[in-house]
Amino acid sequence: MAVAALPGEAGPDVDRTSLKTKLRRAERVNRARSFSLVAPLLLFVLAVFALPIGLMLVRAVENTEVRETMPRTIAALDGWDGQATPGEDVFAAFADELVQTQKDRTTALVGKRINYEVPGARSRFLKAGRLVDAGGGGPWREKFLAADPEWGSVEFWAIMKRAGATFTPYYLLTSLDLRQDAQGAVGRNFADQSIFVDIFFRTIWISLLVTLATLVLGYPVAHLLAILPPRHANVLMILVLLPFTTSILVRTTAWIVLLQSNGVLNDILLALNLTTERVQLIFNRFGTVLAMTHIQLPFTILPIYSVMKSIPPSHLRAARSLGAGPLTAFVSVYMPQTLPGVGAGCLLTFILSLGYYITPALVGGPQDQMVSYFVALYTNREMNWGQASALGAILLLITLALYALFNRLVGIDKVKLG
Amino acid sequence: MLAPSYATPREKLSYFVFALFCALVFLFLIGPILVIMPLSFSSEPWFTYPLPGLSLRWYIDFFTDERWRIALQNSGIVALFATLIATGLGTLAALGLSRGNVPFAGLILSILISPMIVPVVIVAVAMFFGFAAVGLNNTYLGLILAHAILGTPFVVITVTATLTGFDRTLTRAAASLGASPWTAFRTITLPLIAPGVTSGALFAFVTSWDEVVVALFLASPDQRTLPRQMFSGIREQISPTITAAATLLVFFAALLMLTLELLRRRSERLRGTGG
Repeated sequence: MAVAALPGEAGPDVDRTSLKTKLRRAERVNRARSFSLVAPLLLFVLAVFALPIGLMLVRAVENTEVRETMPRTIAALDGWDGQATPGEDVFAAFADELVQTQKDRTTALVGKRINYEVPGARSRFLKAGRLVDAGGGGPWREKFLAADPEWGSVEFWAIMKRAGATFTPYYLLTSLDLRQDAQGAVGRNFADQSIFVDIFFRTIWISLLVTLATLVLGYPVAHLLAILPPRHANVLMILVLLPFTTSILVRTTAWIVLLQSNGVLNDILLALNLTTERVQLIFNRFGTVLAMTHIQLPFTILPIYSVMKSIPPSHLRAARSLGAGPLTAFVSVYMPQTLPGVGAGCLLTFILSLGYYITPALVGGPQDQMVSYFVALYTNREMNWGQASALGAILLLITLALYALFNRLVGIDKVKLG
Repeated sequence: MLAPSYATPREKLSYFVFALFCALVFLFLIGPILVIMPLSFSSEPWFTYPLPGLSLRWYIDFFTDERWRIALQNSGIVALFATLIATGLGTLAALGLSRGNVPFAGLILSILISPMIVPVVIVAVAMFFGFAAVGLNNTYLGLILAHAILGTPFVVITVTATLTGFDRTLTRAAASLGASPWTAFRTITLPLIAPGVTSGALFAFVTSWDEVVVALFLASPDQRTLPRQMFSGIREQISPTITAAATLLVFFAALLMLTLELLRRRSERLRGTGG
């Protein structure tokens, strides 16, 4: 709207360079004005959304517990060669700082952090806390070793030293079922802690199943909606859009009512004599995939529909008139043109499926919980925020990579709602 | 109706199978919602057909029980303010981006849309940590800000879609006739993009109204919203009061959809692109 002010009495020798600068300045003002419209939302999203997520990513490698409570022990360990049990200086600093953590009630916190890498460390820390509470003074090295010979373990002290570093790869490695031993070499984690790769593959597998199911169910429906006259298509479109706008919780509740063992579907199966006893349809993989497919189906249908709508029906007729059979015409002329829609719909459903939490939590069994569930679990129950953040960081990375792919292939500005 | 007139009998049969398949998929889509609604009118607290008798007791329960009443009220408050923030900021941003001269517009748009893509648990946990540091956990403000973030992508998308068909010469004409930018916006741009703004606002409202994960992390029992109340109910034991709440929400959704459709038609009429 800002128009470059032209020189009022411009003679024939109008200064071209000055006009150019003025135009450029006007453009710059215009750009700044456009940007000032975008800036409030951008700042809001960066401050309330991007910044907390960034801090969560830092939390995935952050390592504050030991560094903040036992700085002198860590400093003493700096001079340790790592060959044999550390000397009295380390033990004295350790005992001193244990007295403080006992006062602050943080002994268990430090013990829990070490316990991640040295099973059993937490209870040993609590016992050591009681030992220093008893008082009596040093030398502490002998006292600790007498209380529990494990205090002499070189591995333990190596891990303790590492736990004092500013950052740790521990949580990220654990999320990938890897572990760093006392010497720093990365290898497989203990079998009883190696659960996360399975969970990631399960998440991807369930998302793939859901994507495939929505494609198989949705493609014909999208085709039907695209070829029907608008009057009929609009009515059927309501059947797609009504579930779309209905709350996910409502739909999940509906599936629980339908699928539970004394639920409606089992009643029907029994009444039709299809089964003789009630079938377990819920709290398993079947129920999870079914309910998720129901929720995601409109997301797959709508992009496919909008692409199909733009394919002229004359293409199919032309193929037929040139001698192609109905199947050949459909497969070799129609289907390739629908691929952009198929790609957009499937990718969208796959991305959204990866982040599912509520539906599997309500209709799935313990073996159907996806990564999101464990992010919530480690935040709320286990209070292991490093692990929650690391799992979240990996899930976020996968999601954002697919989002970038989606942006590249489809363009986020092409997404339409309703 | 589906098969072309030149179809052979075998083709007609395949069209029939195709139509039957589609009918089953439509049943799959709408069936669960239709099944749950009558159960909310049952006189007994179990979920079986045929219904043992009709009653409105679960609706009475829903509207008289203190917990549901507070949840309804909280949902209303949070959704209203979240919608106002999301619609205001989202509309401004869409207007700015549509002027076509914002540097890094593609990147900015991706960032603005990303709250729709990032798994909601990550949003919830990140805000739980981040808000704790500034004392926003367990406050209405925290929940409103979080829900506003989740709603903005919808506003940006719908308003941008309306603006792609917007004829810029109209505002230029207004300006050349002496209208200030604000007058031109108020009298020309705003009425034309109003359908897009309203449908974006409706999407933002529903996003907050239905949101449960963020509410689980950020809200204390004082800010308990309707979905959160439903969630804890489903976890323990599905009471028919939940099906009554669900039925009311379905009607709400249907009403919303109707409004969106009317808005879409109005927008097409205003832009002269449709019948």
